[in-house]
Formats: sequence, C-alpha cells, structure tokens
Amino acid sequence: METILFLAHTEDDGTLGRAALEALTGSSELRSQLADARFAVGIIGGDVSGAITTTSGCGADAFFAVQGGDFAVSRYATDAAALDAICRASGATIVLAPATSRFNRVLPGVAQRMGGRVDTHVGGFAVADGALRIQRGYYRQRMIGTLTRSARPWFLTVDAGVFPRWDGVSRDVPVQHLEVPIDDRLRRTTVVGNQAPPSNAQTIRPDAKLLFVAGVGWTKKQGDGQVHLDEAAQMILGFLDKSGASLGSSKSLVDQSSEGHNVFSFMSHLNQVGQTGATPRHPKGLSTCCHGEEPHVVGWRFIGERRAINLDANCGWAQGKADVVYVANAFELVRKVTELL
Amino acid sequence: MSTGYHVVVLGSLVPDLLQTLEPVQGPTGPGLKNEMMLPAVLDPWAGHALFEAAHVAAAHPGSKVWLVSLGPKAKLQQLMMSIAQKVPFELVAVDGSASGFHDAFDVAEALAAAIERIPALDRSRLLLFGGCASASRDAGATVQMVGERLGITDQFLSADELTVTADGVLTVLERVEGGQYLASKVSGPPCAIAWATGSLPEPPNNPQVGMANMRGIMPALQKASSVQVGAQGGTTFMSLELPKQERKTRIVKDVPLDEMAREIAEWIKA
Repeated sequence: METILFLAHTEDDGTLGRAALEALTGSSELRSQLADARFAVGIIGGDVSGAITTTSGCGADAFFAVQGGDFAVSRYATDAAALDAICRASGATIVLAPATSRFNRVLPGVAQRMGGRVDTHVGGFAVADGALRIQRGYYRQRMIGTLTRSARPWFLTVDAGVFPRWDGVSRDVPVQHLEVPIDDRLRRTTVVGNQAPPSNAQTIRPDAKLLFVAGVGWTKKQGDGQVHLDEAAQMILGFLDKSGASLGSSKSLVDQSSEGHNVFSFMSHLNQVGQTGATPRHPKGLSTCCHGEEPHVVGWRFIGERRAINLDANCGWAQGKADVVYVANAFELVRKVTELL
Repeated sequence: MSTGYHVVVLGSLVPDLLQTLEPVQGPTGPGLKNEMMLPAVLDPWAGHALFEAAHVAAAHPGSKVWLVSLGPKAKLQQLMMSIAQKVPFELVAVDGSASGFHDAFDVAEALAAAIERIPALDRSRLLLFGGCASASRDAGATVQMVGERLGITDQFLSADELTVTADGVLTVLERVEGGQYLASKVSGPPCAIAWATGSLPEPPNNPQVGMANMRGIMPALQKASSVQVGAQGGTTFMSLELPKQERKTRIVKDVPLDEMAREIAEWIKA
C-alpha cells in the first residue's frame, strides 16, 4: 500500500504559492486513483497555520508540520532536516512537491538521505495497473519519457501549470508538529534575501499571458545598412509595457550580452529560453527575429498558442511549431502592434 | 596552514546540442540511436561551472581544480581535446555510460566514490561545483546527491555568481522564481554549488594551458576506473518519444502591415 505525501513550503507571507496549490490538486487526484493509498500533507515554514487551513480540506489522513524561524527561509541544511523528519514520520512511499527553486534544490538531497529516487520537473502522471507512471523530459525536453519505478521512497517535483490550482473548503484537522533540532552547523548559511537582477527593467513575468521572445535579428543590420540597437530596445520595452508580456530571448542574443557586446541592458541569461535556458509556461507566445531551434522547439514547449514574426516564410524552425507566421519586418510590425495595444 | 580552495567540478559529455536525437530501446534499457557516433560536447552548465571554478582558483593562490567526468573513456578523450586548452584542471575520469537515462542516484554513487579516491583532496577546503542540470538527464539532482554522500550540508542550486570576501565568507546568488536572485552567505567551505550560466564568458583557447593539462589527462584516462551505471532502482520505461510537431502553420504574407498588426493586437488582447 502506498503512502502519498504532499510537501509544501510557505511563502514569505505564510500562504502557499500557486505551484504548491497545483501540486496539491495533483496529489489529491493521485490519491483517488491509487487504491487504498494513505495520504499525508507536510508543510514547512515560519508559521504554517494559514497553509494548514488552506490544505485542510484535501482529504489527507494526516498533517505534519515543521515551523519556526529557522524554516521560514530557503536554506538547504534546515530544509533538508525538516523534510527528512516529515518523510520519516509519515512513512511516505511517494512524495509529491511543487517544482519550486527551494524544493528543486533540497529534495534530491533528501531522497539521497532516504535511499530513495527522485524525478524532477514531472509534467504529468497517471495510474495504470495499480502503479504510478510519470512523464518527464530528457535531453532538455527534446524527448518525453513515461516511466515507473519500484524503488521507494519516490520523490517527484511537479512543474507548475500541470494541474489546476487547489481550491477546497477548510476544516479542522489535527496537526503533528515535529520538533527538528537545528544547531549552528546547520546555520552556516545565512539567507540575505531576494535581489532583482542588475538590469534596468523587470522583464520576467511568470504570470503574464504572453511570452514575447526576442531573437538576435533585432541586432542585425536593417534595410538602411545600419544596426538600430537603441530603437530596438525602446521598441521591445514599449511592447512589454503595453502588452504586459514576459520577455524571453534566444541564446545567441543573451550570449552577445555576456561576451561584452553592448546589446540590451535589460536582457540577461535569466531571459534565455531553450536548451540551456528556461521553458516557461504561458498561454500565448510571440517570437520575433528568431531563426533557430532554441526558442521555437524547446523554449516553446509549454506555450499554448504560438505566433512568429519572421522575414523567412520557409523558416524550418517556425514551420510546424508556430500556429501563425507573419512574414514581415519585426521593427515595423511590432511598432504598429504596440500602437494598437 | 593551507590556503586556497579545492574545487571539484562534476561534468561530463552530452551529445552536441545541434544533433538530431532519436530514442531507441536497447537490451539494457533506453538509449540514443547511434549514441557512440554522435559528436559530444562538455555539458553546457557543467562548462560554466568549470570556468567559474578556474576563476575562483585563479583568484585564490593555493587552489586547485579537478574535473570529475563519467563517460566512455574514448569519448572522454575526444572531449578533452576540445576543453583542455580552456582552463587549468586535473582530470579524474570514470569509465562508464554517460547516458541521460541512468538514474541520478547511481551516477552520484559513482562520482562520490571517485571524489573520495582523490588522494590530495582536502575536504575542509572543498567547493563542489557542477551544472544546475545536465543537458542529458535534465534532472538537476546529481550535485545535491553527491554533496549528501560527501556530507556537505550547504548547497546552492542555479547559481549565477559567487563572491568571496577577504575573511573567506562566500556569497552566492541563486536563481529563484520571478526572475529574481536569492542571496545567501556561507561562512566557508565545504559547500556545493550547482551553476546556471554564471557570469563569465567562455575562455579563449590557451595552448600552454592545454599542454599542461594534457600531461595529466592521458594518465588519468588510462587509470580510469570502470563503473556499471545502469537502471537500478527498478526503473521501467514504458515509452520514449519525441514531442509531436503537429501544428499546422498558417503563413501570412503579402498582406498590408496594418492588417497583420490588427490581427496580432486582437489576438493578444483576446
């Protein structure tokens, strides 16, 4: 009999983030598909009372919590100690958690301590013949594998956007508060806090409806034989401002920045989508001046509706990947679109 | 008293990212079609980790960099030809499969064992570096698991910057949600850092560095220990497939720009 453990951490304000609520929906669905499975919830944070209330209606058989100042911050050593304690107390065989930066960092280590296995960035799962089967990407998501494991405990971090956000009624539930001793050895790391990247505009917006991908074509010579970097920068920022889009970039463009070329001050490797960048999830995506595999194949994997502005109607990377390709000069077309927004 | 850091970088080969990859099911589990024939490169994120390691070592006299690589010996030799001229390092080769379909748990076991066999390694000065994920297994789990096996409890994932103060405090910037960094300070080694892209460009080739590296690389390859990294943990692959490329693309050309703009604007606002 499997014991499913849903793990979450609180945000700074004590609530659960979107990714955690989505993973809770997935955990609840898994419990309903696995016959006779036990279901437990484990939460870590500074004060978990609000998070317990939020999750209380999910039908879990047990609730575990580790809370206190040491667990309010994202620190590997204390997170690992807390999650280790919850996993052992719950007797979990399958552990589901949101694929947040905090859990992506710590859960593989916890799996190692427990002698278990871990699969990160799980994109879906199902139960067949009484066994859990998961889907995850290999080779930078260029291929999708469906697999199962017999080793336990089996840790899974579930990507955002796979399940709808949990929205259940709350009820009173008993909570087992675990005492996890923390000594100075586990406090060698001091968390300073979040910092914005050194750019003059916040261009990464995970909740945006639209991903706007800028390719290296923006830095090429235009019809007059000149490059127009300043104009391109203003146009891209203007479009982002009007559309509320999140900015993605091709590798070739951000590489130019890191190699010391004066390209776009608001763009860094954090914007990069594709093989060595992010694969963000947005309902819509618009690529401009991109002529490669990175943005169209890998970077767009989780983009719903896809459109591209391209000078080459036969661009093999856009054909079959985008729903619509507009054959036009991006400088002219984006300017007009921005005026209309 | 010893000074400087002992930086161990975990990094291996992956198929050249521009190659077309096709999964096949073999007698011992899944693999890539013509895997041994595919041109290989150093895993991109591990490459960033190696360059950052060399940067740290150069800034702190008495430091040393080891590159611990698990892969087929012949392919590792080819790989070394392309990276040996980049930065100074000593190779620790482990002869085995570099397939992305092997489990991180088993790979971590092999890598940790290789690190423990490095005779001159001072674990109190150890900085364990690696990529935040490989371009093969794509899990982002191996560095943490190796760190755990080595007893390292200060770990960082998706780092872009490491700075060291005069009193030896390390400040790490990790990528977190929303395009932000999480800044943390750790009082000193040992710690594990899985790098994202870092902030350094790829170093130019330096033939002198290459000659110095190659003196150690060939003996390291000759004495590489063999490991069997397989599908332990009862892993069964039901299927491996390439994502469907089924979009029917509509080409809009020879249409007035205003009309295209109106269509795009309405689509965005919808």
